[in-house]
Amino acid sequence: MAEITLEKVVKKYGAVGVVHGIDLSIAHQEFVVLVGPSGCGKSTTLRMIAGLEDITGGLVKIGGQVVNDLPPRKRNISMVFQNYALYPHMNVRDNLGFGLKIAGQSPAEITKRVNEAADILGLAPLLDRTPAELSGGQRQRVAMGRAIVRNPDAFLFDEPLSNLDAKLRGQMRAEIKKLHQKVKTTVVYVTHDQVEAMTLADRIVVMKDGHIEQVGTPMEVFNHPLSTFVATFIGSPPMNLLPGLIEGSTVRLADGTGVPVPDRLKQFVRDGMAVQLGIRPDDISPVGHGLSQDGPGAEVALTVDLAEPLGMESLIYTRLAGQEVQAKLYGPRIVQPGEVLTFRLALDRAHLFDAATGKSVRVQ
Amino acid sequence: MTVSVESRASKQAKKVALWLATFLLMLVMCVPGLWVVLSAFRPNREILAKPPVWVPEELSLVNFGKIFGFGAEQVGIPVGSYFTNSLIIALTSTVMALIIGVAGGYSFARYRFRFKGGIFLGLMLFRAVPGIALSLPVFMMWSRLGLVDTKLGLIIVYVSLNVPFTIWLIDGFFRQIPQALSEAAQVDGCTRWQAFWKIEFPLAKSGIAAAGVFAFLTSWNEFALASQLTRSTDSKTLPVGLLDFTAQFTIDWAGMCAMAVIIIIPALILTFIVQKHLIAGLTFGGVKG
Repeated sequence: MAEITLEKVVKKYGAVGVVHGIDLSIAHQEFVVLVGPSGCGKSTTLRMIAGLEDITGGLVKIGGQVVNDLPPRKRNISMVFQNYALYPHMNVRDNLGFGLKIAGQSPAEITKRVNEAADILGLAPLLDRTPAELSGGQRQRVAMGRAIVRNPDAFLFDEPLSNLDAKLRGQMRAEIKKLHQKVKTTVVYVTHDQVEAMTLADRIVVMKDGHIEQVGTPMEVFNHPLSTFVATFIGSPPMNLLPGLIEGSTVRLADGTGVPVPDRLKQFVRDGMAVQLGIRPDDISPVGHGLSQDGPGAEVALTVDLAEPLGMESLIYTRLAGQEVQAKLYGPRIVQPGEVLTFRLALDRAHLFDAATGKSVRVQ
Repeated sequence: MTVSVESRASKQAKKVALWLATFLLMLVMCVPGLWVVLSAFRPNREILAKPPVWVPEELSLVNFGKIFGFGAEQVGIPVGSYFTNSLIIALTSTVMALIIGVAGGYSFARYRFRFKGGIFLGLMLFRAVPGIALSLPVFMMWSRLGLVDTKLGLIIVYVSLNVPFTIWLIDGFFRQIPQALSEAAQVDGCTRWQAFWKIEFPLAKSGIAAAGVFAFLTSWNEFALASQLTRSTDSKTLPVGLLDFTAQFTIDWAGMCAMAVIIIIPALILTFIVQKHLIAGLTFGGVKG
């Protein structure tokens, strides 16, 4: 059993705080992704779990044991680094077996486990090559092999795919997911890429400025963002945010347009509240080219400023209530700038955030 | 057609000119060395002949026999002692400069500490001071400490001459090695110390070897300070020993050249041995920056 628990974990470099007391509990065999923009403290948090950074305050527990003062080698974790960190002077076989050798395993055992790991990752033909003779994806795979060969309590991934090109990144993402399904070990994975977070995670931890903004399953975080930050960070393209004022059960937007408050949010708003109406591009679509055509909605004619065709869908830039918004058209229809289309806004899926705090009205 | 022939001709001419320039440059650099080596195998009268004898008429090992005390003619110079002194002093000071250089270079590359920039600058400035400018103060200190005319005295001087350079060079090599490698090793089960010896040290080997060759050659060839600080066969090194061939009115060029060859040979051998370790590039490929 290797659950990982962080209790009020703080990291400071001198007077500068990087992580401000975060609480997080990661279940055994869970795949948790820490995601956030650069500088949000996600890598630092991972490195504190690994033991590569001192913990300024709070507790880190692995498998129930406080590990604050244990060196990395005593935490029984393995880590995949952003730049792979393969040992350049050793071939793939020795890279994979290094940890086992240090642990004093017998040569026969090392060979057996290295071969097992190599089979899982398709590295068998590469065992005698040096890292310099491998492609980016192969290096990445060796780094993963080095992580699994020791059979650790947890894997830590520090932006492992950010050095790969887009196509390879997609492949390796799938391989990491498959690997996790096969070896079923607790995983803490750091990335700034929300697509990786959405596709890989059992639970996503969205971080900002050394705080945790929201923890939840990918769908929770996507469907019920607790702040404008999460709303715009998760999901691509980001959610549109339109400032407005609550008037009874209507959101009055900047240009005077009234939008009904979604039923599920009515209990959370009060008259005169300054809010931001959040609506995803997927929920603003030309009539007949949207995701959902039922449920409460509003129809409005808008002029297309710019259209980016993506094949089976197009991203449309238009103006709503005096503000630029992005909308999405599903289907292989070519749209020209200047064209006026009737858009349907799926208002039941809209979000409301307190304009002052940026928090969802649901958490006020 | 004619144009291409012409351009080919001009290309050819350029190539020839380039070769000629290279040849002349190499000639300037190599002839003195060649002359020393040739003179080591020629009798004094041929060396001193006027006009000079360009192509040697007789070559022999007599000069070497003389300085080592074989054969009819002998020169009373204890080349053997000088050689041993030189070897002990150069090797010991090199090893010490490397130990300090590795420790210092690693610290500068990996750790943050107070006055780091200032200390590094200080080391570099120390390097800029000509050694001979220090000879008088060093001589005065060494004479009080009883270190004049001892191997230890010279070793200390050479270590302090070489350390700034070895630190600077080795620091650069450790800097090239990504810190993630040592971290990966620690996660893999190494202590900090093991991670250093098993991962970082092997990767910096070429830099350490280069620093070693440099330090050895500096100590091996150094003349100015050694001539001040040594007196007898207890501590005199080969370059200082060369002076023994000068008498009040004569200079034994043949013997001097033979001894110069003896000085050159170990340096050449060492450089050849270490050369293959000097090939950098080992650190590339393991990580992607």
